[in-house]
Amino acid sequence: MGPFVPDLISDQLNLVVALAIGFLFGFVLEQAGFSSSRRLVGVFYGYDLTVLRVFFTAAVTAAIGVLLLAAGGLLDLTAIFVNPTWLTPAIFGGVLMGLGFLLGGFCPGTSVCAAAIGKVDAMVFLVGGVLGVFGYAELFPRFAAFADSTSLGPAKVYESLGVSPGLFVLLLTAAAILAFVVGGIVERKVAPDAAPSRLFPVKRHFVAAGVLLAFAALAAALPDRKTRLVAKVNAPAYVPHHVVKPMPPDELAFRIIDRDPRLRVVDLRPEAARKARPLPGTIAVPAGEVLGKEWRSTFSPRMVKKVLVAESEAEAKTAAYLLVESGFENVAYLEGGYGSFERTVLSAKAPEGEGRFAPVVERFREQARTALAERVRLERAAGTAAPKKVKKVQGGC
Amino acid sequence: MNARHMNPYLAGFLLGLVLLLTIFVTGRGLGASGATKSLVVATVGAVAPQHAAASPFYSKLIGPGHEAPLKAWLVFEVLGVLLGAFVSGLGADRLKLVTERGPKVSVKGRLLFAALGGALFGAGAQLARGCTSGAALSGMAVLSVAGFVTMMAIFGSGFLFAWFTRGLWLGAKAGR
Repeated sequence: MGPFVPDLISDQLNLVVALAIGFLFGFVLEQAGFSSSRRLVGVFYGYDLTVLRVFFTAAVTAAIGVLLLAAGGLLDLTAIFVNPTWLTPAIFGGVLMGLGFLLGGFCPGTSVCAAAIGKVDAMVFLVGGVLGVFGYAELFPRFAAFADSTSLGPAKVYESLGVSPGLFVLLLTAAAILAFVVGGIVERKVAPDAAPSRLFPVKRHFVAAGVLLAFAALAAALPDRKTRLVAKVNAPAYVPHHVVKPMPPDELAFRIIDRDPRLRVVDLRPEAARKARPLPGTIAVPAGEVLGKEWRSTFSPRMVKKVLVAESEAEAKTAAYLLVESGFENVAYLEGGYGSFERTVLSAKAPEGEGRFAPVVERFREQARTALAERVRLERAAGTAAPKKVKKVQGGC
Repeated sequence: MNARHMNPYLAGFLLGLVLLLTIFVTGRGLGASGATKSLVVATVGAVAPQHAAASPFYSKLIGPGHEAPLKAWLVFEVLGVLLGAFVSGLGADRLKLVTERGPKVSVKGRLLFAALGGALFGAGAQLARGCTSGAALSGMAVLSVAGFVTMMAIFGSGFLFAWFTRGLWLGAKAGR
């Protein structure tokens, strides 16, 4: 499952990947004619809408592809870089760039591409860019506060609009195709003799637009991988292909106290619950993220039994099935949820339903309560373990 | 205009696939302006290290615990862009030292405005955390708010400024 950085591809190798990807990027930009400033600014005057066509098609293609790869379980969306938003700085910066585009005739990427084939204006644009960044850096202390204002974090546009990512991409695709049709009409009005769209194979373009829309519709119709897996494991006829057994509270208590090296207890409860009613010797994993990349090493040792603890048995069981569906083995869940653990092991009441073993069970639970409390005390004294440092993909300009 | 340019929709589709491949393999998007930033940071760090250490802008990017600024993903990617564009231009016989300009602009004027535009783009890309490639295109592919806001700000303001800068690009009559 992608992305392959930083786990499969090291930071060093990634630089070679960068060179190869840059080569493809530059080749396509140049092939598209992005090495000509007059062609680039044509989009603002209507005589050449190449920029609109290339840019919008690329954005839509990549967005559809990302959703399809994620739905197919090939790409982990939680592990890819989503550029964070600083709303007002983004708008101000965008306006500066818009003015820079009209005065300079390039954007940074296209200027590199144009400079490579000998456009002197592009080389000068690049030098100007260096001076612009230098000027920004020198003046930065004066507006550092503004540059960091209105931070929204890695906000997603579909969440802001309250629609699903698939529907958003479908609408975006439709908007792109509409823009292409209208843009073509404008272009041929503005420049009847020179508009690139005069020579377009219109029929083929309509077919291509239809195919693109179909893929966008597919991306909108496919549930994301997790939703699909949850539906699958909750279906009445579902049979997991590896044994997933409940673990009784007493066994869990015994093995925690015993520090069983073949046991790994994963606490899915929210932080507040974990703090208020602690269970020692556990690894805390947020309930919604069991399939996340950063927890893979937690669940992957096959000879270690992973016991999932949640407030309810059903929640822990679903999570266990999800893990099994994702290829993990030797997974169990706490029988009856954490409440059952409290009612039995942690309760001073006489055990029920244990028959003639009741006195033995009662003695065990008494010792277990003391031992568990001691473990909790020790863990508190040691302080919370430093959260596992997860290497995240870095991106952005 | 060169008629041998690729069909723009095909080029856009291929560009989208390159971007998708980038996200799939590396988990990040494409970019360009970041390389300029690395160059500036590296230069200032080498020429005036004390000044760099005291500045809130540079000190976040250099010094102990940081890789050398030029050993950055985008620096290598941009070197690749140079190479790829050069090979494409070579294949299409488009390699030529030339200053492309509007019919009413002198070479000197064109270069002056190119430098000015570059400077504005460089500064704007710092403020918006990315340029047309890094913030707008790559951001749109992962459906980030920043991607769409930056894209609309660049192109929206571009249409507003276009009337004022028409002397730079258009001739006596519209079109070329």
